Amino acid sequence: MDFDLNEEQRLLKESIDGLLTDSYDFEQRKKYMAEKGGWSKTVWLKLAEQGLLGLPFSEADGGFGGGGVETMIVMEALGKALVLEPYLATIVIGGGFLRHAGTDAQKAAHVPGIIDGSKTLAFAQLEKNSRYDLFDVSTTAKKKGDGWVIDGEKFVVLNGENADTLVVTARTKGERRDRSGIGVFLVPANAKGVARKGYPTQDGLHAADITLTGVEVGPDAVLGNPEDSLALIERVVDEARIALCAEAVGLMDESLKTTVEYIKTRKQFGVAIGSFQSLQHRASDMFVAAEQARSMSMFATMASDFENAKERTNAIAAAKVQIGKSLKFVGQQSIQLHGGIGMTMEAKIGHYFKRLTMIENTFGDTDYHQRRVADAGGLV
Amino acid sequence: MDLAFTKEEQAFREEVRQFFRDNVPPDTRRKMIEGRHLSKDEMVTWWRILNKKGWGVSHWPKQYGGTGWTSVQHYIFNEELQSYPAPQPLAFGVSMVGPVIYTFGNEEQKKQYLPRIANVDDWWCQGFSEPGSGSDLASLKTKAERRGDKWIINGQKTWTTLAQHADMIFCLCRTDNNAKKQMGISFIVFSMKSKGVTVRPIQTIDGGHEVNEVFFDDVEVPIENLIGEENKGWDYAKFLLGNERTGIARVGVSKERLRRIRDLAGKVESAGKPIIQDAAFREKLAACEIELKALELTQLRVVADEGKHGKGKPNPASSVLKIKGSEIQQTTTELLMEVIGPFAAPYDVHGDDGSNEAMDWTAQIAPSYFNNRKVSIYGGSNEIQRNIIAKAVLGL
Repeated sequence: MDFDLNEEQRLLKESIDGLLTDSYDFEQRKKYMAEKGGWSKTVWLKLAEQGLLGLPFSEADGGFGGGGVETMIVMEALGKALVLEPYLATIVIGGGFLRHAGTDAQKAAHVPGIIDGSKTLAFAQLEKNSRYDLFDVSTTAKKKGDGWVIDGEKFVVLNGENADTLVVTARTKGERRDRSGIGVFLVPANAKGVARKGYPTQDGLHAADITLTGVEVGPDAVLGNPEDSLALIERVVDEARIALCAEAVGLMDESLKTTVEYIKTRKQFGVAIGSFQSLQHRASDMFVAAEQARSMSMFATMASDFENAKERTNAIAAAKVQIGKSLKFVGQQSIQLHGGIGMTMEAKIGHYFKRLTMIENTFGDTDYHQRRVADAGGLV
Repeated sequence: MDLAFTKEEQAFREEVRQFFRDNVPPDTRRKMIEGRHLSKDEMVTWWRILNKKGWGVSHWPKQYGGTGWTSVQHYIFNEELQSYPAPQPLAFGVSMVGPVIYTFGNEEQKKQYLPRIANVDDWWCQGFSEPGSGSDLASLKTKAERRGDKWIINGQKTWTTLAQHADMIFCLCRTDNNAKKQMGISFIVFSMKSKGVTVRPIQTIDGGHEVNEVFFDDVEVPIENLIGEENKGWDYAKFLLGNERTGIARVGVSKERLRRIRDLAGKVESAGKPIIQDAAFREKLAACEIELKALELTQLRVVADEGKHGKGKPNPASSVLKIKGSEIQQTTTELLMEVIGPFAAPYDVHGDDGSNEAMDWTAQIAPSYFNNRKVSIYGGSNEIQRNIIAKAVLGL
């Protein structure tokens, strides 16, 4: 039973916190957002230089063999600084598919470019009506020769506008909501038949709606079993959920800190508004919510190593519920305690609120995961 | 970071669990599961079993009968005790006055009181709250005046839990009227059998008798019954209240209750099928279980932190335990109300004679719901806890 970071993990935290303190204040972030694609290549290469892009890859693949705790440290720090760069899409999710299912040849083709920062990935999964069900796949992949032809539409693909390679879920067999018959394919973003419509998202990130029309890929595009990869998808998405929980904890920490600082300095009726008990109690409740979220983020991080898949999934779903509830409260009350200034684009707090809000609706919202836990027979 | 308990810790859990299975009187356990009040005899009998095993005052220093367990072992012991369930050691003696005596008392006092606390030869009660001094405890008015070799005590205490069973009381008394309010308080112990002590029951909304008013009318107390230094009582009170940080979350209690809810919800029907099959109910139950899991983890963070860095520095997470722990306990009693539905209403017509096994479990559900409103009020109300977080953690 131990919730402390070890020496190496402490150094990692210091290193990324230091990097972001130097290069990612709110004003700098605005500049990065204005760059082509909506994030900073320079910052991305700095992350690469410090080894952060190679963190979760095995040493054999040129990485550092980091585990869940290392990713948690990074995601918390990225959340705290409201980072725009596609760490989740590229390193956690795209990289996750390669780590769990990539052949040596696939890893050799993709991982070095990811680690050195020259290539990014995107996960093309969401469809018009699939909502949060990962098995709800209408996009098809049909065998042609020894390769595949992919047809379908994908939506809100994070980093889809900028990615070099798309990780696409597609049905090779069966009906739309069958749990079997789903494959995962590595598709070059510039392949013939890929049409991308990029746009900024509410939280300042960038995504794309992607149409795949008769996109032909070779046999080397298949990740895992093309007819039965739902378990793989669930595994990687679970890791993404854990990473989002950690990012949310970082965002909540910073939201609470910013809000408490604000009510200590904002004066009304001749005194700091933080001297009013109603505001103090609200801030205390935000602290409680953030601590409960931190506990569950740690729990989910450690649960990712659980042998029992049902226990693992249940724990991660439970964490997403707690994070969803906490982030809504902390996010909303951060705006409330800031008052009018919290409503402006100019103040940073609103941007934290927006990112937190989008996290709730990514890979299953609070109700969705609560239902999963309930249907699995609960947690006690 | 590591979530796992060691092999030794797991073996310890098994040992504790087995001891409870072998030694907790079955009727005591049943009454606790049903939320019934236990008699004095039932409680004392169990505590003496525990003390005989050497676990009665487990967290005390070894020289006074403690176990020398690690903070994780204490956590495991408490969790198993709460979720078995069996009565926890009498807090007023074991967790409150005992540590004050072995920390601030003289040798004579340690010899006189500690073994009797451990074996519950004396039942202790707590004389802190007064009618005009609840959350603002330091405003208390009960007076102790020195007269020769005696203290003369006058005043009134209230909310005195189980004073009807008590042999001894530890009491905060004002001994200096001119000092700043926190500075003029002393910590004095005396017999509840003393002349001039009157105990009057307060009936609470659950119909039970747990708390009392206690009146002191020229009660004579030997001068040597002062613990520590005169006018330092406030420091000892703060020490005492800060002592039990992790037990307060009562994770084990809520776990036991949630298991019971699941069990009952599989039996009680709603719309022609067990209520557990109702999606709305099931999700509410899951929501509570998730909250409890988060609290359990928060508690483990505090426990692990104490084990590693000692108890000196308060972990900010510990402030969460009281607030969330009480809210979750209350939610579990609400869920039980929901399970029982219209059968919440009948008063305990069957009594506890075991004559109607099918219905006996229903009798205490509404009273337990009413009674559990107290958990967000006592021990520093949740509003006071929020003040503490605002001040001590957030610097507001």
